[in-house]
Amino acid sequence: MPTLLAAAEGTPSREVFLNFGNGSVLTFYLLTLFATLVFLSGFLFRIRKYARGRSRPIRWRQLERALVQIATQRTVAKRDRAVGLAHFFVFWGFLVLLGATTIIAIDEDVIGVFLDRPDLQFWRGTFYQVYSLVVDVFSIGFIVGLLYLWRRRIRRPDRLDYRRVDRNPDDYDRTGYTVDDRAFLWALLFLAASGFLLEGFRIAATDFPPFEVYSVAGWAIGRAVSFLGTEGAETARVITWWAHSGAAFLLIAFIPYSKAMHIVVDVVNLMVTDPDSARALPAPAPAALGDDPLSFFTWKELLDFDACTKCGRCHEVCPARASGAPLSPRDLILDLRELADSNAGIDLWYGAGAEPRGNGKVAGGFIAADTLWACTTCMACIEACPVGIEHVSTIVQLRRQLVEVGDVEPGLQNAFQSLSRGGNSFGKSAKQRARWTKDLEQEIKDARSEPVEYLWFLGDHASFDPRAMSVTVSVARLLQGAGVDFGILYEAEVNSGNDVRRAGEEGLFEMLRDQNLEALAGVSYQTIVTTDPHSLNTLRHEYDLDRPVLHYTELLGSLVADGALRPGGLEGIATYHDPCYLGRYQEEYEAPRRLIRATGLELHEMGRCRENSFCCGAGGGRIWMDDSGLDERPSENRIREAVALGDDVRFFVVACPKDMVMYTDAVKTTGNEGKIEVVDVAQLLERALEGVAVG
Amino acid sequence: MTDVFVVGEHLQDAVTEVTFELIGMARELAAASGGQVIAGLVGSGVTGLAATLGGADRILVVDDAALELFNPEAHAAVFASLLSGTGASVALVPYTSTGMEISSHLSESANRPLVSFCTSVKIEGGLGATCRLYAGKIEADVEIAGDGAIFAVLSGSSPAAAGRSGGGAVVEQTANPIDPSALGTSPVGLILPEGGDVDITAQDVLVVVGRGIASADNIQEAQALADALGGAVAASRPIIDQGWLPKSRQVGKSGLTVKPKVYLSLGVSGAPEHLEGMKDAETIIAVNSDPQAPIFGVAHYGWVGDLFDLLPELVDRLDGS
Amino acid sequence: MNSVVLLRPVPDPVEELELNGDGTDLDRDYLGYVLNEFDDHALEEALLVKEESGGSVTVLGLGSADEMEQMLYTALAKGADRAIKLGDDVGHLSVRAQADVFAAALANLSYDLILTGVQAADELDGQLGMRVAAKLGLPHVSVAVGVVAGEGSVRVTKEFWAGITAQYDLRMPAVLGVQAARQAPRYVAVSLIRQAQQSGNLSEEDIEVPADPGEVKIVAVRMAESGSGAEMITGDEAAAAERIVEIIRSAGKG
Repeated sequence: MPTLLAAAEGTPSREVFLNFGNGSVLTFYLLTLFATLVFLSGFLFRIRKYARGRSRPIRWRQLERALVQIATQRTVAKRDRAVGLAHFFVFWGFLVLLGATTIIAIDEDVIGVFLDRPDLQFWRGTFYQVYSLVVDVFSIGFIVGLLYLWRRRIRRPDRLDYRRVDRNPDDYDRTGYTVDDRAFLWALLFLAASGFLLEGFRIAATDFPPFEVYSVAGWAIGRAVSFLGTEGAETARVITWWAHSGAAFLLIAFIPYSKAMHIVVDVVNLMVTDPDSARALPAPAPAALGDDPLSFFTWKELLDFDACTKCGRCHEVCPARASGAPLSPRDLILDLRELADSNAGIDLWYGAGAEPRGNGKVAGGFIAADTLWACTTCMACIEACPVGIEHVSTIVQLRRQLVEVGDVEPGLQNAFQSLSRGGNSFGKSAKQRARWTKDLEQEIKDARSEPVEYLWFLGDHASFDPRAMSVTVSVARLLQGAGVDFGILYEAEVNSGNDVRRAGEEGLFEMLRDQNLEALAGVSYQTIVTTDPHSLNTLRHEYDLDRPVLHYTELLGSLVADGALRPGGLEGIATYHDPCYLGRYQEEYEAPRRLIRATGLELHEMGRCRENSFCCGAGGGRIWMDDSGLDERPSENRIREAVALGDDVRFFVVACPKDMVMYTDAVKTTGNEGKIEVVDVAQLLERALEGVAVG
Repeated sequence: MTDVFVVGEHLQDAVTEVTFELIGMARELAAASGGQVIAGLVGSGVTGLAATLGGADRILVVDDAALELFNPEAHAAVFASLLSGTGASVALVPYTSTGMEISSHLSESANRPLVSFCTSVKIEGGLGATCRLYAGKIEADVEIAGDGAIFAVLSGSSPAAAGRSGGGAVVEQTANPIDPSALGTSPVGLILPEGGDVDITAQDVLVVVGRGIASADNIQEAQALADALGGAVAASRPIIDQGWLPKSRQVGKSGLTVKPKVYLSLGVSGAPEHLEGMKDAETIIAVNSDPQAPIFGVAHYGWVGDLFDLLPELVDRLDGS
Repeated sequence: MNSVVLLRPVPDPVEELELNGDGTDLDRDYLGYVLNEFDDHALEEALLVKEESGGSVTVLGLGSADEMEQMLYTALAKGADRAIKLGDDVGHLSVRAQADVFAAALANLSYDLILTGVQAADELDGQLGMRVAAKLGLPHVSVAVGVVAGEGSVRVTKEFWAGITAQYDLRMPAVLGVQAARQAPRYVAVSLIRQAQQSGNLSEEDIEVPADPGEVKIVAVRMAESGSGAEMITGDEAAAAERIVEIIRSAGKG
């Protein structure tokens, strides 16, 4: 056994099991073995759970992006820089400390003990000094980050409030969730703090070997405890050594059964997540699987459920949650995790577990139908989620289960029936689809009988809703005025099916898509242009077309850029609402903004804009459903946000027919008529061409 | 000379309005051909009611305790027996819940053609009728081959006053020709509607929604308008069948007959069954996007357009007052 | 209890009707057809009875609409056990002829209850259910709004008007003309309709189309007069609202 002094006199390094008897060393190895086994078995249970899920291909293209996201912690910093920075420190601190421990394990346990080749051990000399400095610096960052996050648990933002939106507080208990959070945070803090103390006691006990000055924090602590003398410091060191190791063993064993599993699960989840999961929805699960919760979900969905850290960002941005609907994406995912774990035989000490409810199925049973119907599929949750959870496709999958058993929201049922009858949700005859054209001076080409460059796919609202039809007329006049060669399908167009698919009626979607494809097959065209961003999404991502699909703002933008349209002369201030299906779905933020600026208007942004835009509440089939039970409609919330920008904002500019409908209503119901005008980009452009003075 | 037989209808100790309308119509037909109007009245304790049928020349009464509650099978058989006894070749039957059970049976048992949804009937120059088909959207003139027919006539087709007097009004008692207990249909009892909800028959102003309201959700907007007007919301049958409003709010044949001061319909197309329940309202204002909607036929004022555009405009103007 | 539901297509009420060249019928060439909505309620009621009391539901479809098969597959997907399409492209039949065809098809089936819609928009010559009952000599109730199956009999609620109803016990077999099922007709996913197409539960049966006796002949059709009595308000919604408020006020209300 080397003596204290021997260690202090030698080359820079230290003894791991300094002054330990064989019994102590053996105890340490047994504990290591035990903790490792608990850790591995915990993850084995989880891996076995994932293996019971349905197959789904992995898109490895995502890997590079994921590695950058993980290294920079970009997804964590996205909405909250302070938290992002704190988590960045914790993440890298943890990684460096893990690396540090691994280095010791290799040097001491593998090379020193297992191979018995002390001559090859490298944890000494300059390497040891650099190691000491790096570890200490990162550990300081680690502790600072943890302390910031701990402070946030005290002054808790709304998104960390675990109260459910869909149940009475007496009907559930989530104290376990809070205990889980605290246990993890305190375990890490204790580990870091005890590590520093250990270092300080050791340096004091070895009488301050000069090379240890690189352990900057340890050296300072050593100085602070030097009053203990070498003997006293040595006693404190041994106690702290065991406390530190004990905490480490506990943490290792605790990881797969707690929030700490995100350390492993989320890295994997970010690597395998599909950024297009909501844009191009997956095929439905085979109907027969509906009764077995685990095989109903894909392995990725099961991984998603484990990936959730309860950070509440989805909960915060969800328009359904904000409007008082019984849906919180966070609670949905946490419920599904409890369901999956219960079915996989994994004991969830911190959660209630799954109780059979309702029809006994996942959808309409364990997850209430109202919760599933509340989703607008706006993708805000996916955008906000730092760990790559694909909420929307999971919700759609569950809605499909509801549709399959005929458990369909009444308004939606009405729409489905109208759609399967006449191809539109308005219950109108297909022959009336092109009725809006009667207000035009110039006829529109029938693309079914003559070739066109642009095929204009209007969508239902643009064709049938009187509020949106006036915008449609404006778009037609602009295209005609710019000399664009375009045509429409007249009564051969049917609803694109984007919202039908998201409402869970896959068969009806296929029927509508096939009808449109059949109509398109007979048309000679180069490019499709759509008025409706929802149609744009499905035409681009789910129709498998071989030609480009544009939004009308994109086409109008190029007409302005080419000089075919020369708008200008408008004065005043406008704000622009990014439609979910144009913004988050198609990542088209600039085209409409460029058009607004081209009219001469000044653009003031709302706080929630671009990828953070707030949904109008119409998506995913919600426009057909009853919204009378909501506390505040999302569209009303949004109009209030726009009005709060100030009195000088005159125009609320939209680029989606559904927005026109939703916000025209919301301006009236919030009593803001006369204060702010809902206007489509195309209408503004038309005014800017007429040179009508505004403002 | 053609005698005209009328199937008399009564409910809750009163002859129904449509019976008088049919007797009035029969008077005209019989007068033109020099025939008689023969009315049938079947039930228990109906002898007293027979006296009210002053427009008929002969009133055949089958008054039997066994016929207390309307029994589709029994009543149809009794009327078939009465009709064949009179030798009348033309029969008018109300197109109502009870008349429906009888008309087809008469047609089958007497092997006479039957015409439904009639608004007028003619005898001279060959039997014929005018009918409203396709929920009242189409009017058809039909001709009958042969000299006899059963006509199922929509209520409201002819003034009731003409059926209250002017006939010989001879009441003839006839024994019940059938044994109801031998039939496959046994009446259990009558169920009267429960009160509790708004009584739409007692309202001065009704905002009535139809299929055009599109979803249950939109009924709120109509409610807001009704509130502003101090009235109530009522509906046509499709809305009730969807379960969007309770049965007590239904206007029309299978619902309630209403006579408010102001009847404002939104998206109601006006099927004959609906018109039957509201045509006597004092002021009828109809809004529908289909210029051909039959509701405009009975309305005093009409506007063709989108009800969702109009609703907020109306509420705005009324809220301010 | 075994039920048979009689289904007929009718022109889609959302379509604007047009007349044929000689003005004696609708222009049926481009007309879209849907299941008669009362027949849909009859089917729903039959399915509810099956769910409550067991047995089977057979649907019979008669009509020349292209959509007929789709309607039968939809019925199968909703829970009917068997569907029979009667004839092919039989043309527009009178109700009396329809009743003959259905009665002949029913002769090959065993049933306790026959249900159909109380009426259809194009029933010029009487109600189908009533005629079928008369031909088969069965008890019948029309305007039925609820059915409870018992032993050998069925308790039916018939609606008169103004919410007044009466109940009848009918010896089975019996025929019902359904006004409204106890719940709105259920929704069935398109994928299930597709599955029903694969099920092989739809069969076709040749029928003998009875010669039209020509006893009720349409000589002329026209669009029903509309707006005859009404003063039509012109202008946009703002103008209309203005005028309507004025009318209501002059009626002493609002």
